[in-house]
Amino acid sequence: MSIALHINGTTREVDAAADTPLLYVLRNDCGIHSAKFGCGQAQCGACTVLIDGRPTRSCTTPVGTVSGPIQTLESHGADPVLAGLRRAFIAEQAAQCGYCSSGMIVTAKGLLDTVKKPSEAQIRSALNGNLCRCGTHTRIIKAIQRAAQELAA
Amino acid sequence: MNLRVDSARRYFLGQASGLAIGFCWLPASWSEGAVAAPLPGSLKDNPRLDSWIHVRPDGKVVVLPGKVEFGQGIVTALLQIVADELDIDPARVELVPTTTGLSPNEGVTSGSQSIEYGGTALRYACAEIRGILLNRAATSPEPVAGAVQVRDGRILGASGAGTSYWQLCDTPLLQAPATAKYAPKAASEHRIIGTPVPRIDIPAKVSGEPAYVQDMHPPGMLFARIVRPPAPRAGLLDCDLAGVGKMPGVVAVVRDGSFLAVAAVREEQAIDAWRALRSSAHWQLARDLPADPAAWWLQMKQARSVDTTLGVKEGAANPAVTRISAEFGKSFTAHAPLAPSCALAVLEGETLTIWTHSQGVYPLRKDLSRALGVAPDKVRCIHAEGSGMYGHSGADDVALDAALVARALPGRPVKVQWMREDEFQWEPYGSAMLMRLDAAVDADGNIVDWQHELWSNPHSTRPGEEIGSNLLASWYLEQPRPASPPRNIPQPAGGSDRNAIPLYVFPNQRVVNHLLVDMPVRVSALRTLGAYANVFAIESMMDELAGAAHIDPVQFRLNHLRDPRAKAVIERAAQGAQWQAGRLSAREGGKLLGRGLGFAKYKNLSAYVAVVADVAVDPLAGTVRVTKLSAAADAGLIINPDGLRNQIEGGLVQTTSWTLFESVDFNRDGIRVRSWADYPVLRFADVPQVQVELINRPEEKPLGAGEGALGPGCAAIANAVARALGKRVYQLPLTPERIKQALNADSASRGK
Repeated sequence: MSIALHINGTTREVDAAADTPLLYVLRNDCGIHSAKFGCGQAQCGACTVLIDGRPTRSCTTPVGTVSGPIQTLESHGADPVLAGLRRAFIAEQAAQCGYCSSGMIVTAKGLLDTVKKPSEAQIRSALNGNLCRCGTHTRIIKAIQRAAQELAA
Repeated sequence: MNLRVDSARRYFLGQASGLAIGFCWLPASWSEGAVAAPLPGSLKDNPRLDSWIHVRPDGKVVVLPGKVEFGQGIVTALLQIVADELDIDPARVELVPTTTGLSPNEGVTSGSQSIEYGGTALRYACAEIRGILLNRAATSPEPVAGAVQVRDGRILGASGAGTSYWQLCDTPLLQAPATAKYAPKAASEHRIIGTPVPRIDIPAKVSGEPAYVQDMHPPGMLFARIVRPPAPRAGLLDCDLAGVGKMPGVVAVVRDGSFLAVAAVREEQAIDAWRALRSSAHWQLARDLPADPAAWWLQMKQARSVDTTLGVKEGAANPAVTRISAEFGKSFTAHAPLAPSCALAVLEGETLTIWTHSQGVYPLRKDLSRALGVAPDKVRCIHAEGSGMYGHSGADDVALDAALVARALPGRPVKVQWMREDEFQWEPYGSAMLMRLDAAVDADGNIVDWQHELWSNPHSTRPGEEIGSNLLASWYLEQPRPASPPRNIPQPAGGSDRNAIPLYVFPNQRVVNHLLVDMPVRVSALRTLGAYANVFAIESMMDELAGAAHIDPVQFRLNHLRDPRAKAVIERAAQGAQWQAGRLSAREGGKLLGRGLGFAKYKNLSAYVAVVADVAVDPLAGTVRVTKLSAAADAGLIINPDGLRNQIEGGLVQTTSWTLFESVDFNRDGIRVRSWADYPVLRFADVPQVQVELINRPEEKPLGAGEGALGPGCAAIANAVARALGKRVYQLPLTPERIKQALNADSASRGK
């Protein structure tokens, strides 16, 4: 069936079964690469995108249930918070393999949109569902703190 | 191709039709020049200068590394080396993804050896190319004379007039074998080496640009999934090939013996078909796994083994006054990469091209050609990044999976993506280990005897062995290929016995390695191999003996070391953590606090790392919180301080996860880990503060550091927990059950 999706400010018509996980539609039909397949079970956070501004696991979200706007890391050019986070992740060199990065940044945007200056405990709590296997957690925390500071300035 | 990983790849792919790759500017002949004396690093096996570097007339320098990136920052470090030694702007450098038949064969990217081998080769190759071009400038018809300088590839004489690399270099010039007669720069001349150049791969990765093999999506690509058996060594009896073949989007159902795969137009269709095929399949179970992990520990000492004795010292010593024996254990642990393994393959004519995140494209090609029954030159493996793997994950196996499906669909690119459960169930784990230590101190607190006996499966069953095939699917084909015979990695690096020979100086010592050759649970290389468990055992024993001798653990270690660099990292880590002798445990708000030290020189050959851990134990819940890890590291000449720091920090966090949480559960019927719910790992809430001090030694050679922090970090945590509890936990991971058991145990009993 044909489904209209609002992705990063543009509307796209895609032809997919309504129960298809949003992740596959984004990656394979819409040219979105930031959202990653990690587990397909909403356990790791690599596939996180914003739907209606809320960090959402795209790997377990049926595409047919999505009506609100979808935002992904690709929109960093048009979004000051994503742009600030991206800059901060580079400044802190907050990645090793980087496979979890998009999910981390998008989840952090969800946090910074609601809490302008989060404490370290709030950052840890917001990211607790996002897994990183390389051990870059401490740099990711620093990057989010840096972004929050720069965005508040 | 919509893959945009880097400019070098674009250069290679740009003009090519379909997926073929054109190398039009490369020299026609590839014969390897012969050299007399052994050359430094990987130049030894790949001596030709143009196997590493091409200087192009358009002002670009193309570098062909044989070591691959998987998030450790190696390509950035190699770029720094090239730019510094050649005196060029780093922006001129284009790195070519490691490709069989094109890139130098540097085997596997593993063992923290990329800087030592690949980096050293590039240092010497670049120094020599610079020297050759300077000679040519001096002897050209219009010689550049006087005090010659190189500025970003321009060769300038005293008068300011000059030439450039781009004008002077032609293809035949670098077709010569390296001689290593041109010394790399002295430390004082470095401008880029030793500086925190930002990683070149990070911007794309934090911008949503395609960066991984998972992101490749050439036109006409099919999505494939593999239906694996329910347990190791199960055989396929029957399944509904025809029914699944009629499902929406399904293009092919491939069966070869007990290998079963499905390819479809859309990814979700491939997954639906995979589910249907799996539920239709009937298998003959082998039911030959040990009953559970504890049963395997009991079995290990009776299992068939190849025994070697090493590190023997027999000398005069004072009489022993205290002797301590203890047995330590480590579970099977998973690499559990965040991204399940993935590969893209296409058969064009007779040539099979595979994009792979394998750590060794040449060894992979060797086993692929055996498993597929084709000549190696009919298989081309091109490296494309995956997520971090920390050793031998499913990366190589999925390459064969993709090859088998692509072979059935000539001309169609096929991407095989393992599901999460495929990775957890089928990756080769890090081996379980047992270490029995027995040591004694004299009346002055000096160790007079040290015995270390260990039992372990091999720590590398990677592809690339002389015979056999180490690729998973090859064992399940109609014509199965036998696995390569298991072997240990010889000392001094060692495999199971890596770091088993203590760096401490004892008058009497002996290490006995029982290599268990039967592997009911599949195992292979996991970051540090045996070093993680051996360092845990050695450093735990050092603390036990220090306690028996009533000597502070820092001082006790310094007393038994001769190597000043080893002493320096221990002193620096202790200083950084404000270590105070006698103040290593406390109680605070119902929590038991403890502090411990761990130290090792990785492989006894690479980086020196010392770690101080602070922990807080909840005695009722049995949970351990690592609050802080303070480390000091000496990796010789530092190429990139921030890259080194990132590796040490990451190692400290990863070892916290291994040490507190990680263990693969199984029973006779199969592996009992399918998802992250079955294999808990460290999360943000529990991540310790980390502090890393680097000791730069610019006049020393650079040492591998990527794995250096794992063993010392684990040992520091274990020693801190022992201080907090007043009891030691001898098995890893330090689970709440084991913590509570230790707290409740009779204080007189030791070990198991």
